[in-house]
Amino acid sequence: MYAQMIKSESTDDDPEKLAAFQARIDANEKIEPKDWMPQGYRKTLIRQIGQHAHSEIVGQLPEGNWITRAPTLERKAILLAKVQDEAGHGLYLYCAAETLGVTRDELTEMLNDGRMKYSSIFNYPTLTWADMGAVGWLVDGAAIMNQVPLQRTSFGPYSRAMIRVCKEESFHQRQGYDIMMRMAEGTPAQKRMAQDALNRFWQPALMMFGPSDKDSVHSAQSMAWKIKMNTNDELRQKFVDQTVPQAEYLGLTVPDDNLRWNEDTGHYEFSEPDWSEFFDVIQGNGPCNTDRLEARNAAWNDGAWVRDGMHAHAQKKQQTKVAAQ
Amino acid sequence: MSADAPFFEWLCRLGDNTLVLGHRVSEWCGRGPALEEDIALANISLDLIGQTQMWLTLAGEVENAGRSADDLAMLRDAWDFRNALLVEQPNGDFGRTMMRQFLFDHFHLLQLQTLADSADQRVADIAAKAVKEVTYHVERSTEVVIALGDGTEESHSRMQAALDWAWPYVGELFASDAIDVQIAERGIAPLPDTLRVAYDQRVTSALTKATLTVPEGRFAHSGGKSGFRHSEHLGHMLTQMQWLQRAYPGAQW
Repeated sequence: MYAQMIKSESTDDDPEKLAAFQARIDANEKIEPKDWMPQGYRKTLIRQIGQHAHSEIVGQLPEGNWITRAPTLERKAILLAKVQDEAGHGLYLYCAAETLGVTRDELTEMLNDGRMKYSSIFNYPTLTWADMGAVGWLVDGAAIMNQVPLQRTSFGPYSRAMIRVCKEESFHQRQGYDIMMRMAEGTPAQKRMAQDALNRFWQPALMMFGPSDKDSVHSAQSMAWKIKMNTNDELRQKFVDQTVPQAEYLGLTVPDDNLRWNEDTGHYEFSEPDWSEFFDVIQGNGPCNTDRLEARNAAWNDGAWVRDGMHAHAQKKQQTKVAAQ
Repeated sequence: MSADAPFFEWLCRLGDNTLVLGHRVSEWCGRGPALEEDIALANISLDLIGQTQMWLTLAGEVENAGRSADDLAMLRDAWDFRNALLVEQPNGDFGRTMMRQFLFDHFHLLQLQTLADSADQRVADIAAKAVKEVTYHVERSTEVVIALGDGTEESHSRMQAALDWAWPYVGELFASDAIDVQIAERGIAPLPDTLRVAYDQRVTSALTKATLTVPEGRFAHSGGKSGFRHSEHLGHMLTQMQWLQRAYPGAQW
């Protein structure tokens, strides 16, 4: 997911306060920034929301890779609008994280020096125009699976950010699928691009939900706090069940020999993705980790003089205003 | 060529300016100095590409040879582009990008404002739509140029360098040629050189607030809007922008 493998922080707060806090959560009350909250809840949320925000920001890069090569003016405009939305999502999410007592600059520095992560999916390259379709269809499709339930998350600012994000994400997924449809019904070369994109993105998309979390105590704590609403396996199954018929409609083949419909369970059976690859990517060895982090660091470092200049100008204006009063 | 070649050519000048600048700005995607700047740059690029669709669609209609806006954008070679040299210049640092934007935006707004009275209703309609967007572009690029010109020593010197770099490309925006004369005679648009006084006032006022020095030189490069001699940069931009359409002719995307 956009936030993967978030470990819940342990908490050693006053048991009475903790019980009262849990009672509020169980009653579906929203926790607001000024309310008392356990330290573990705060820290876990900072990590989760921060990682989610970072994913939106880094996620601009694989799509930005094709904005300058978009095949038509309309496709270029749609892709620009989508990437602009993603930067906007990053902004809402950083604002939500800031209410927990961390600044956007601190979060950015932690992303840039590798202390914080972003979703593994953005460490894969976008190699053909069909990848713009696959990213919208599969990656945004997987993100929606997670974000729709997060609209009901216990932390008020996060929940409200998710409500805004979800409205735009469904448009993103539709535009991705629309690209795939056009490619799938296009020339032989376009069909080949579409199938190739599905082949490359299928497993990484499944990995977005993170490894099976049935044994994880951290996950149980996050679920009790309602900052994680479903298990990874539940969401992954839901994603497969939704996506396989869409692939069939496109006339594309899901790259999994073990994929079959199970009448009894009412779900598809499918192969686990290669988790060793997932851990390689998480540890920095994905195909694009180095490029993505270099691009973000370059943007941040090259932009330092701009941020400093803007800040200095704002201060001068403030001083002039004070002097005039 | 159609009977109305001058009008077609003139519309390409408008559409190619917005296309080429919109493309350049889109190259910043995900690489801006702050998240707010990423959003603003994408927004400006989006506006310019939208305006391109309107101008080049109209150009195709006027040409009456069955070419769509996409055909014009993706299948002409550099010598058929009619954008000013300023907008095809590479992005450089954020200072250059914003200075190029500022110098173009002020021209663009004045141009669109006069087109509201165009004798051609289609031109007036497009201009009326675009003018709202470009009003915002002017506000934003002017604010940024003032802030960075006035900001720190480094930001000031970078902005002065950006101004010195971009200034020789300003004159071409206002140079009036035979096509402009024909268009003016038909009441479609005034001659561009009539906009220069207002432009200088607006630009100089902002640059003064930015504590920047307007270069004294009036030398102006030319060759973009006539298509006679573009810079070397345009061809490289087109190889990227047009690649898919060129590599897979006839495919629908």
